[in-house]
Order: sequence, then structure tokens, then C-alpha cells
Amino acid sequence: MSLPATISDSRVMVTRCVRRSRRDPEAFFTALLLPIVLMLLFVYVFGGAMSTGGSYANYVVPGLIVLCAGFGAGTTAVAVATDMGNGIVDRFRSMPISGSSVLAGHIAASLLRNLIATALVIGAGIAVGWRPDARAASWAGAAGMIVLFILALSWLAAAVGLLTRSPEAANAATFVFMFIPYVSTAFVPAHTMPAVLRAFAAHQPFTPIVETMRGLWMGHTSTGASVGSQALLAVAYCVGILVVSAAAASWLFRHRVSQSG
Amino acid sequence: MSYTVNATGVCKSFGGQRVLDQVDLAVPAGSVLALLGPNGAGKTTMVRILATLLRPDAGTATVAGHDLLADPVAVRQSISLTGQYAAVDDMLTGQENLEMMAQLRHLPRRDVRARASQLLADFDLLDARDRRVATYSGGMKRRLDLAISMVEQPDLLFLDEPSTGLDPRSREQLWDTVRRLVDAGVTVLLTTQYLEEADRLADTVCLLDHGRIAARGTPDELKASLGTDVIRLRFADDASYQRVAGALASTHTDARLRTVEVASDGSAAEVLSLLRSLEAAGTPALQVSILRPSLDAVFLSLTSMDLPAADAEEMAR
Repeated sequence: MSLPATISDSRVMVTRCVRRSRRDPEAFFTALLLPIVLMLLFVYVFGGAMSTGGSYANYVVPGLIVLCAGFGAGTTAVAVATDMGNGIVDRFRSMPISGSSVLAGHIAASLLRNLIATALVIGAGIAVGWRPDARAASWAGAAGMIVLFILALSWLAAAVGLLTRSPEAANAATFVFMFIPYVSTAFVPAHTMPAVLRAFAAHQPFTPIVETMRGLWMGHTSTGASVGSQALLAVAYCVGILVVSAAAASWLFRHRVSQSG
Repeated sequence: MSYTVNATGVCKSFGGQRVLDQVDLAVPAGSVLALLGPNGAGKTTMVRILATLLRPDAGTATVAGHDLLADPVAVRQSISLTGQYAAVDDMLTGQENLEMMAQLRHLPRRDVRARASQLLADFDLLDARDRRVATYSGGMKRRLDLAISMVEQPDLLFLDEPSTGLDPRSREQLWDTVRRLVDAGVTVLLTTQYLEEADRLADTVCLLDHGRIAARGTPDELKASLGTDVIRLRFADDASYQRVAGALASTHTDARLRTVEVASDGSAAEVLSLLRSLEAAGTPALQVSILRPSLDAVFLSLTSMDLPAADAEEMAR
């Protein structure tokens, strides 16, 4: 497959997946309403009872970004699983186009949905009193972290969608992405948790990802670790997840076989 | 003769279960071949192998002159696959579906819209062009499916159970459309579990049963292999029925319907003499019909169930 052909095919697939997202009410709700609803819920309902040393809005924004991305991963996994059950993907696979373009369409649409959700979290955060203390370079660093994280999570979700084979199973499997952020420093500092959870929170990927954003925006992390060390760990986690998931998803896409007869 | 599909010894198993067992298949260019068989016979697996979606465990095949395993990309350039359920994107509109496929076939940008519009007109979908396919009827989805296949005329078109879920009128329309495509020079490999469909569309029928080709031939050859025509006589009253049923060498009788069936060569002379002799005996027939063995009968006699031809005929009604 020539490179221009692959690029052209991918562009067609991106258009297709973005159109599908725009017409899917659930994806629409997850990307556009959930960030605002969750922000109001966390800051005004739970926020008053949280003691995180300062305004809760100043603490929770990175947590809500990863939580919304977790919901977004659910949308992506379901979209991929739904598509694989569709006759049209068999048709794509029987055409002289690169299989990677079909997945590229889903990943690009996922990236777009989640970046919109992230922008809404940031906008809603500022509206409810989030006051980041960051220069342009830190903002750029945070943005880079977010894009890398969402890219990794999108590929992971695509792999889950390919592995589970049905939209229902894909939806169930991605619940894990919506719960793991709670057992990290996303919403409360880890030192308030029992020892077992504290240990889990300290050693799972969401914590360094959240702390990197928090450190870049607020000037310090909630754990006392340096921003640099958290960022290094977060990037390593994301690149690892990205490489493994992308390889797995591409392999699954090529080899997924339906056994109807 | 040149063959668009030439497959020999194709085998495929899933988890120890043999789905295709030494299948040979040759589809002459420009013809329609029907793979006929019950659910689970291996029809779809064969299509998926020939469409490069599955690798055979053993066997070789060429499609449009290209080796399936050595040059799958060239095969993909020559084929078009319509799925068991219409292979269209139902969240997009008809127009968007066609334009997407035209772009994926790398038509020049300026031709994409025109080609889509022309196909929408050809397949009677202009009124629905801006509606999402999810709102289409089964027949409309199938027509869009075929329209997409004709964005660039393929050498070989796979129709996997094309009339599944269609009402009789949409099915007739679909068959007309398929015949038009064949007239335009497309070779078709059709799978179906409907005997009538194979009878109406196919030049050659291959009967697939438990992964093996159980019989092959033209629809007429297959029917002829089952023997003779049958004359069915129906009588007005029980007395006549009883007398004739006792006197004639019948192949089948039905007391409730008061029908007697006798084997025949189907010639006018034989029918005439039979009716005359009945009249002379004072037991004239009320109605007469001549039955050719249907593909249903072939199907049932060659697949596991062994039923007499006339019974099979009855069951198909």
C-alpha cells in the first residue's frame, strides 16, 4: 500500500468515525455534558467535605480530566466493537485499503471527542474557581501529557473493543477505566487512604499522570514528588500502554475472524 | 473457458470442527454460481476465504487470475463483497456511503459526487439519498449494498445470502438488479439457502452439505437427476378417488386432498391419453397439474433427510 493511498484512506475513515460520533447521542453526552456535570458534582457536592489544602477546584481538575477520558475510552471501545460486528468492516477488509486506516479513523475520532471533553473540563474548572499558576511552557507540557495519555487510552480502548467482540462486553470491560482513577490521587490525596489502597494508588499509572498535570499547573504535586520524576514515569507508562495496545489492536484487527458458516 | 474463480481442495476447520472439506469450485467468467446449502454448511466460510478474509488450512485458489495467498491485494482489487447483512454504514446517509466508497476506490475527487449521484439514480435511491441508512427498508439497504459494489465494476461480486430478511417484492426487485449486473458482465458467486433463489439466478448450482459439495450442475440437471415429472390428478368425490387410487400405479396418494400422482414423461400425448382413459372409466379428473421435481426435492434428497420427491414437493409449499 503506497503512503499517499494510506493517508487518503485514513482521512476517509476519520471523516466516517467523526460523523458517526456526532450522530451517536451517547458519545455526544459523554463528550459534551459529562465534563460539566462531573465538575459541578465534584466541586459543589463533594468539594465542601474534601480537605486537600486549598480550594477543591484547584485540586480536582486533573482528576476529572482522567475520569472523563475513562468514560471516553468506554465510548471508543463500544464504537470499535460495534463496528467489528458490522458487515461494513468485512467489506473494508476485503478492499485494497490498509487495515490500519480503519483503526486510525476510530483513534482520531476518539482523540477529538476526548480533547473536546478535556477542554470543557478546563473551561468548567475555570468557571468554578480553578486558578492554575502556570506559564505557557507548563501549559504546553500539560497539553502534551493530555494528548499522549488520551492517545494511549484510545488505543487501549480500541484493543479492548476488538478483544471483547460485542458492544455490551466492551462496555462492561471499560468500567475499569472509570473506577481506577478513584484509587489514585485524582480526587483525594493518597495519604488519606488505608495502607493497601495507598500502595495501589502510589503504583498505578493514573497517579503520575494526574500528578504531572497538577504539578505543571499548580507548581507542586499532592504527593510531594518532583514534577520531573512524575512526568518521566507518566510518559513511560503512556508510551508503554500505547505501544502494546497499538500492536495488539493491529494484530487483533487483522486476525479477528467470525466463525459464521 | 476462462474461470473467475478456480479453487481446489479448500479445507478449513475451526477448533477441530471441519467446516470445509476438500471443496473444489470453478466459476466461469460471466456466469452466476450459487452455493446452496443449509445453515452451517460452510457457505459463508467459503466466501470469506475467497474474499481474502480467512486463510484456508489447505487448498489453492485463484480469483480473477490472481493467487489468493500470493497476491491478496490484487484479489481485493478485483472483488466486491456484500455481507450476510447489508455491508453498509447505517449511521451515514446513502450518499455519504457511496462517496466514502468512491473515495476508498480512489476515484478522482471531481468524479466522486457524480458517480454517487448516478448510482443513486441507477438503484432507485435518489429520494432517500440524504437519509441515514438506519431508516432504510431491507430492500433499500440491499440496493445500496449493490450500488456500493458497482462504484467500480468488480470482476467478481460476492452475494452472501442476499435476500435474507427481504419481503417477496423486494426479493424480486433484488433479483432483477442482480440480473442487470450479470448482463453488464459481472461474475457472481451467490450463497443462499433458498432453492428458488438459486433456481432463478444461477447458471450453476453447487450443493454444499457439511462442508462437502454434495452435487453440482445446472438447476435443470439437478432436477433431472431426480427422475421424472409427476402428473397430479385431483378428483371431485371420494368414490372416484378410491377407484382410481386402487387402479393406477400411483407414486403417491392423498385421501384428504383426493389426489393421485403418477410418474410421467411429461408429454402432452401421455397426459391426454391418461385423461381420456379416466373419462372412459367414468371417473374423470377434476383438476390436473404437472410437477417437475423442484430444487427443494434435490436439496432434501441429497442432504441428510431422505424424502420421496413428491413429499419433498409438498413440504416446499
